[in-house]
Amino acid sequence: MSDVQKSDPGLYDYAPYRGRPKIEWPDGKTCAVWVAPNLEFYELDPAINPHRKSWPKPHPDVVGYSHRDHANRVSHWRMAEMMTKHGFPGSVSLSVALCDHIPEVVEDANQRGWEFFSHGIYNTRYSYGMDEVQERAIIEDSIETVRRATGQRIRGWLAPALTHTPRTLDLLAEYGMDYTCDLYHDDQPTDVKVKSGQLTAIPYSLEVNDHYGFFIYNMSPREYADTLIRQYDRLADEGAQSGTVMCIPLHSYLIGQPHRIGPFEAVLEHIAADGRAWITKAGDIVDAFRKQTGGGS
Amino acid sequence: MSLDPSYLDYPKRRRGMDHGYYPYSSLFDRKPVQWPDDKKLMIWPVISLEYFPMVPNDDPFRAPGHMQTAYPDYRHYTAREYGTRIGIYRLLSAFEKVGAKVSVATNSVIAERYPQLVEDIISGGHEIIAHSTDMNGTIASGLAEANEKALIEASLAALENATGTRPRGWLSIARSQSFNTAKLLAEAGVDYMCDWANDELPYGFQTDTGAIANIPLNHELSDRQIINVQQQSVDSYVQQMMDAADWLLAEAEQYGGRMLPMHLTPYIMGLPYRISSFEKLIAGFAERNDIGFARGDAILDSWKAQA
Repeated sequence: MSDVQKSDPGLYDYAPYRGRPKIEWPDGKTCAVWVAPNLEFYELDPAINPHRKSWPKPHPDVVGYSHRDHANRVSHWRMAEMMTKHGFPGSVSLSVALCDHIPEVVEDANQRGWEFFSHGIYNTRYSYGMDEVQERAIIEDSIETVRRATGQRIRGWLAPALTHTPRTLDLLAEYGMDYTCDLYHDDQPTDVKVKSGQLTAIPYSLEVNDHYGFFIYNMSPREYADTLIRQYDRLADEGAQSGTVMCIPLHSYLIGQPHRIGPFEAVLEHIAADGRAWITKAGDIVDAFRKQTGGGS
Repeated sequence: MSLDPSYLDYPKRRRGMDHGYYPYSSLFDRKPVQWPDDKKLMIWPVISLEYFPMVPNDDPFRAPGHMQTAYPDYRHYTAREYGTRIGIYRLLSAFEKVGAKVSVATNSVIAERYPQLVEDIISGGHEIIAHSTDMNGTIASGLAEANEKALIEASLAALENATGTRPRGWLSIARSQSFNTAKLLAEAGVDYMCDWANDELPYGFQTDTGAIANIPLNHELSDRQIINVQQQSVDSYVQQMMDAADWLLAEAEQYGGRMLPMHLTPYIMGLPYRISSFEKLIAGFAERNDIGFARGDAILDSWKAQA
């Protein structure tokens, strides 16, 4: 790692919120809203990465594993049906091994017209400590596995369990990916400095991620729904100055629990009825952003 | 240093699960379940009846709710005992008022220490399921198989001795298992366990010593998770249970009978300032013709008869 990275990782230039060129979304919408379901597969007894434990408890971590397995058996279907009912497509953060283990879930998402980006091979295998050859292998595996399973060429990346190396973003751009969901510095897209090609950071969110809502902030389902509505209302207001982006990052094993999915419906109803939301997929947002700015923001 | 090359090997990357315990199955692709008396939603109350010894042994881990201060931790010892003296009776009375029979996941030491309590539970028509010996009886990988086998047998034998019936169900402390637990439970003749939270109906689980069922006891909808961990009020707990019931009842119209587990802890829900809200919640459920209450063994038998 260079000295520069020890302080500033050199991802982008500082750009204050005031005085930016206006981003305009289609049809005069002020806030681009995208929903990012994490469709994941976690291993019961994964190989050990010396830099991070896969499970807080010794394997098998029955509660941790089975809670996440609820996604594929039960809650994905609940969440996906509700999104479709209200006209929200998914941009899927995919553990690509799910294509092998439970193709039913991946096929369902594909048939709903959802877009896929890679969230690594498994959410129990981390990039920390990988050399370049290893990191290229998981990128190539991701591209090929999703292509084979869905016919789609992945355009984006959310690092597996948010684990990176300092070369990840350069490699993503080199492989022709268009966006990363790993940077949380803005409510508008930003082009990231990469060695070759072009890579756009699209606002994802930890703060309004359902995992944060329920396990960091300990919100009730109704408090979480209210949080999302407030987040949207503010971003839609501010987007009149220059278009904003709101991501709703979900894990079906959380939002699709029986006590949460009902209150969550109020969020989708609110955003769909508001009239200021451009409800779309990640790739469309990146394309619209680049068309206007050339990526120069 | 790069990672060992084997870190990019995925020996269990294949169709289906990465283990042989159960096959993949979507809840929405199964034959609809029909509960007795045409109930659409079966509520499964499970009360954890726990005894915390004054000295935790932390082997293999310390149970949630265990002692926290330097010895002697009178505050936590007695606050947990509040549950077995007062809280449990408030909960039993609440369920009696609505005519509900429940499962009580019982440390076997409770049966030896407080025979009157266990007699009251049995005579009330409730089910005793095994919940290890006491709150030092935790299980995780690292516990020797012979010791785990002895722990399971000690719990089952003591409960059978006290009640005259061998428990059909098992709940591990903190739902924590080793790779041997399901196998040892099946071998001991246990019909169902409650530890795996991956479904909302019972399902079959294969082990080297035979089959066992798992009835998922939703850990997120427990009073411990909502009130103690997430620090929500009892009113929020009640709202969440009502929202869950409403959702599941609507789903039942299309997909068949649904189940709502209700995991309770006497020293949490059985407090004076919480119990009235809880009583109103279950009274509201009991008023509805489409909602029933059932013990775990009754749910298991109904499900098995249709499988």
